[in-house]
Amino acid sequence: MSSLTYIFKRLLMMIPTFFLVMIIIFLLVRLLPGDPAIAMAGDRASDADIQAIRERLGLTEPMLVQFWLFLSNTVQGDLGQSILMRTDVIDVIADRLPITVFLTIYSVALSLLIAGPLAFVAALNRGRWPDAVIRTVFQIGLSMPVFYIGLVLLTFLAAQLRLFPVGGYGDTFGERLYHLFLPSITVALYTSAIIMRNLRSAVIEVLDAEYVQFARAKGLPSRLVLGRHVLRNALISTVTLLGLSIGNLMSGTLVTETVFAVPGMGRLMLEAIFARDYPLIQGLTLTFAILVSFVFLMTDLFQSRLDPRMRLQ
Amino acid sequence: MSDAVFTPSQPSRIRLALRKPGFVVGILIIGFSVMLALFPGIFAPYDPNAIDYLAVRQPPSWTHPFGTDLLGRDSLSRVIWAYQVNMQMAVLATVFALVIGVVVGALVGYYRGIADLIFGRVVDAVITFPFLVLVIAVVAVLGPGLINMYIAITLVGWVYYARLMRAEVIAQMGNDYAAAGIVMGYSDRRIIFRHLLPNAITPVIVYWMTDMALAILLGSSLGYLGLGAQPPQSEWGVLIAEGRNFISTAWWLSLMPGIAIVLTGLGFSLLGDGLADLLRPRG
Repeated sequence: MSSLTYIFKRLLMMIPTFFLVMIIIFLLVRLLPGDPAIAMAGDRASDADIQAIRERLGLTEPMLVQFWLFLSNTVQGDLGQSILMRTDVIDVIADRLPITVFLTIYSVALSLLIAGPLAFVAALNRGRWPDAVIRTVFQIGLSMPVFYIGLVLLTFLAAQLRLFPVGGYGDTFGERLYHLFLPSITVALYTSAIIMRNLRSAVIEVLDAEYVQFARAKGLPSRLVLGRHVLRNALISTVTLLGLSIGNLMSGTLVTETVFAVPGMGRLMLEAIFARDYPLIQGLTLTFAILVSFVFLMTDLFQSRLDPRMRLQ
Repeated sequence: MSDAVFTPSQPSRIRLALRKPGFVVGILIIGFSVMLALFPGIFAPYDPNAIDYLAVRQPPSWTHPFGTDLLGRDSLSRVIWAYQVNMQMAVLATVFALVIGVVVGALVGYYRGIADLIFGRVVDAVITFPFLVLVIAVVAVLGPGLINMYIAITLVGWVYYARLMRAEVIAQMGNDYAAAGIVMGYSDRRIIFRHLLPNAITPVIVYWMTDMALAILLGSSLGYLGLGAQPPQSEWGVLIAEGRNFISTAWWLSLMPGIAIVLTGLGFSLLGDGLADLLRPRG
């Protein structure tokens, strides 16, 4: 199958998935007891507000019509009005989205920087003390909740030693790298534990594979064996794992944004929840879903590039 | 799989597993945690809710090993009483998802067809949401609190169990014994629940162990964010959140409950790894 057909098929598969995603988000607010319009508008809403929401949701119409309204509004980019911010949900999200994306990419980069070299050290020293130490440390890392890692780093590195700012984010690229270092490393410490584990066994598996043994036997220098065979294969499994754990990563950024007061989508989500700003909650949930499925798509495409076996039949 | 059941190595396998220090440490940690959860009154030196305004925010000492909190309550006692809630999380946030997932997964794996097709789309849709985002969105609708948190986690979490169970049942269907059952004219129910399920459940049980560790992390995160257990209940996430604003002057308030989380999480994952080794077929 050519890669164009593959991409097309893969995109086609997203349609039913997104249809269901929309149903889930639609039902979420319908689970609210009582009149969703009153619940959505909040305590301080005027009658006009409530009426506006009622009209937008088409609450007097049958369920199917309501869903159609919701669907067509969303597709047109109309996610409704945020009750908290008093502006269009889409604008609020567009404002916060880059911060969360930046934070996520930064976290991925940091986790690769941490996990990559250590996984190789552990794999090449399999069964000896460096392996044991690295694995134990990461095992403990896996048992730490993200908010706790964040809080500990915040206390010691930011509040006590004053090496980093305690919150917010900068204006320039350099400033952002500096401001978001602690929030990112917080997530990275957790995800690097997952990556390290997988990468270590991937490297071991490849090292034991016959083609690598053969490459060694025919006298290829081990640097070349590591670089050409081991690294390439380990890379495929790592990218796949990273792609699949993007949901976890996003969950992590949500928490870290809260701990470090980073004004991204995760923190906004919590603010929206405590303000019962349901249009905003819906919009954010959808945005998170779009981000994740975009990453899934990229992962699949990347995989099919590197490993033709992965292409769909 | 089926050979392993008949090999004489079965008893020695447990002994082999017990030779691994990680597994033993895991058993000890979880065993002790269960004791603390069942009998907090015996282990806690003080009443966790006894307020003492004369001993507010005292650092750790012999009388109060973990110090005292903003109201002079003994932190150690609060951390110990929290075992009740947090260990309960490990079970209640996972067990319903496990049961629903196992049944649904076994059924769609066995019957396939249109139900399986729909199930596949549901899985795709649910994993498209970051787990935490979907859970807190549901909590947002139901309202914060422990029970609603369990409902939310179950509503999302069953999908992961079902996916695993489905794959395992389909793999088991390829075995001769399943075909034999069908040829012998056993009822579907008998084949699914008496034959396929017991053989397919091992990976699900192993996953359950890690999921319990995750449930404690998730539950305490929600407690910390104000969406799970509510104060004045003793729960590790809540305790950490209570100490958050005093972290530079009264660090022990947040540090100690965190150690309990890490220890318990570590216990569950060591136990899970050991069980995985124990249950995994050799060969």
